[in-house]
Amino acid sequence: MNALSSYLILSALLFSLGLYTVITRKNAVAILMGIELILNAANVNFIAFSKFVTHDVEGHLMAVFIIMLAAAEAAVALAIILNLYNDHGNINVDEANALKR
Amino acid sequence: MPMVNLSIIILVLPLISFVFQMFFGRRLEGKKGEWISISLVLVTLLLAIIMFASMLFDYQPDFRQEAQFTWLNLGSFQLEMGILVDNITIIMLLVVAIISGLVHIYSVEYMKGDVRYSRYFGFLGIFTFSMYGITVANNLFMIYCFWELVGLSSYLLIGHWWEKKSAADAGKKAFIVNRIGDIGMFMGLLIVATVAGTFNYELLFERIGNGAWAAGVGGLFGGVDPSTLLTWAGVLIFMGAIGKSAQFPLHVWLPDAMEGPTPVSALIHAATMVAAGVYLTVRIFPMLTPDAMSFIALIGGFTAFFAATIAITQNDIKKVLAYSTVSQLGYMIMALGTGAYVAGFFHLVTHAMFKGLLFLASGSVIHMMHHSLHKLGDHETDAQDMRNMGGLRTKMPITYTVFLIASLSISGIPLFSGFLSKDAILAGTWAYAAHIHDGWLAQAHLGWLLPFFGFSAALITAFYMFRLIFMTFHGEPKNKAVFDNMHEAPKLITVPIMVLGALSTWIFFTLPSFNPLGGEGWFQHLVEQAKSVVPVGAFDAETFAHGLHAAHYPAMYTSLIVAGLGIGLAVLIYLLREIDPEKIATRLGVLYRGSLNKWYMDEIYLHGIIRPFLKGCGAVATFDMEIYDHYVIDGVGRRVKSLATGTGVADDLVVDGAVNLFGIIFQWLGWTLKFVQTGKIQNYLIYVLIGVLMVYLINVF
Repeated sequence: MNALSSYLILSALLFSLGLYTVITRKNAVAILMGIELILNAANVNFIAFSKFVTHDVEGHLMAVFIIMLAAAEAAVALAIILNLYNDHGNINVDEANALKR
Repeated sequence: MPMVNLSIIILVLPLISFVFQMFFGRRLEGKKGEWISISLVLVTLLLAIIMFASMLFDYQPDFRQEAQFTWLNLGSFQLEMGILVDNITIIMLLVVAIISGLVHIYSVEYMKGDVRYSRYFGFLGIFTFSMYGITVANNLFMIYCFWELVGLSSYLLIGHWWEKKSAADAGKKAFIVNRIGDIGMFMGLLIVATVAGTFNYELLFERIGNGAWAAGVGGLFGGVDPSTLLTWAGVLIFMGAIGKSAQFPLHVWLPDAMEGPTPVSALIHAATMVAAGVYLTVRIFPMLTPDAMSFIALIGGFTAFFAATIAITQNDIKKVLAYSTVSQLGYMIMALGTGAYVAGFFHLVTHAMFKGLLFLASGSVIHMMHHSLHKLGDHETDAQDMRNMGGLRTKMPITYTVFLIASLSISGIPLFSGFLSKDAILAGTWAYAAHIHDGWLAQAHLGWLLPFFGFSAALITAFYMFRLIFMTFHGEPKNKAVFDNMHEAPKLITVPIMVLGALSTWIFFTLPSFNPLGGEGWFQHLVEQAKSVVPVGAFDAETFAHGLHAAHYPAMYTSLIVAGLGIGLAVLIYLLREIDPEKIATRLGVLYRGSLNKWYMDEIYLHGIIRPFLKGCGAVATFDMEIYDHYVIDGVGRRVKSLATGTGVADDLVVDGAVNLFGIIFQWLGWTLKFVQTGKIQNYLIYVLIGVLMVYLINVF
């Protein structure tokens, strides 16, 4: 087992945990956290491949972009969650089902 | 400016007058609205005079301008509309413009206070438009269109006072009788179109002349003799003229048409529209075979004689003039049939002037009689019956003078226009009888019938015209009260009739020569005998011209003698009262009653044609209602209904069932699948995850 594989395994674990969090949690903020985990799993992949396969900085660049995007996304998502709270009095996503049927 | 452009302007102006009177006339009644129509017509008169003057300055007998455009393109066959201006067109335009202009002015006084005053002027406008259209048309199709339009305007104007049943009936009669002639004309046009493939006069004549006609006949109706078909085409087209120019046996509508206002009678039923038939015959003259010409001459000659015999005994002043018109139209038609082309058209022109004058002058008398009777509160006495008149010459000197001029003219007395044209026609019949041997009439040795008809009609014409004058203007007044209230008509009436009176003298027709015995003048120079294009046995114009020359003086002397005899008889009977007309009437018995009752033509038509026809129609209608409708139509209906019930059931079960089945299936599917739609994003995410895993698994294995 070489160094790249261990990074990829870490990334896969992070992704799986993130996905699990997104699917199972009711709390919108927790789901947001899960999404952050998924994004960081992608970051780890980028940097690992950049370091061990292509030997350049494009992967690093992409990682920086993703961190920035994650910040923006968090801002938008928190705004939505705030509105959800104002509307429902809580932030449980399974109660936000007005589009059902 | 080319003559064609001028003639298009002339054509359009009266149409504008019509549209104007129809839309705005009502509002302008009593506010001189009619003067707009009058000035439009006077502009056309001015333009016609300009065209006429330039024709005189040019002095070219073969002057000709033509312009046309394709109106309908039917593949190999094209319908064209076009304008043809030659000397005949110009002369005819001027005649129509003069009469129409004068009648417009005259009508202002005559129709004063009429219920449909502006409509009347509108109809005069559309009539003038259609008459100009006939005049300038360069093909038979276009002439046919305008032909029907004059028929329509004639119908509208005869029935102008449609509250009177007789006027409404007369309008219908004129329309229907004309239709009979027009059906013949239409068939003739169809023959021309199928065989020659064109309606254009010049092309048609060219194709007849160069053998294309014979080839066309051979291609379409193998075995038919081309010249026989040409005869039929000529005779059928001439049927239109029989109807429109009131020739025997379709003359019955014209006397009834006198129900219309008198200026209308002058314009339409004396001077212009009825001359359209003659004009048409002039136009198709080159294609007439000797057989067709024989037919035309016989119809014309017989009509001239026949109508004159009726005119003798009529007492209604307008009826006398109506039969006189029929008789004079017969003269023109006879002239064309004998080949006296120039004379026939010449008589059309002179007759338009003096007959228009006779009608307008009689209108003046009738108008004043009406006024007088109206003032006396008398609504019983007939204002048109000559037996109620008498001695009017002292009261209406102008009317009397012009009436006398017109009567001398129509009787064929030298110094008047009628003499010139009538004499030429009579000389033509004489020359025809003596020198022409083509056509069945000459071959049957009946050629001398035509001069006989012509001269006897001339005798009778002179007689009845002076009978009319003596009964109306001479002798003792029949009704003193009415007589005392009579006076000369107003200026708007007397000026037009004085103009026409001047135009009935010889001088306008013989210039630059002053010889009242005529034979020479601008007219004879500018109107040339049209050359026949008939390939076999064409009309021999040269022999005819020689014959005409030889017959000139004998015919003139004879016609003077018969005219003198006719006038003399009238003087003896009606002026000097040497012979009692009652006695002659009883002595002639059957003949008198026959003439008085128009030779029972209307009764013959009623019992011989109309009643049997109506009976036949009734029988057919009964068959149609009782048998055809009941068994065939209703029977089919019942069968169809039962069949429809059967297919209806099948439709409900099978077709609708299949449609509904699909509906039900999809409704169920939708019902089931909607539970997938939970609205929870996490569920959707699981679906996506499952989908991705499945794709992965499929790819791996």
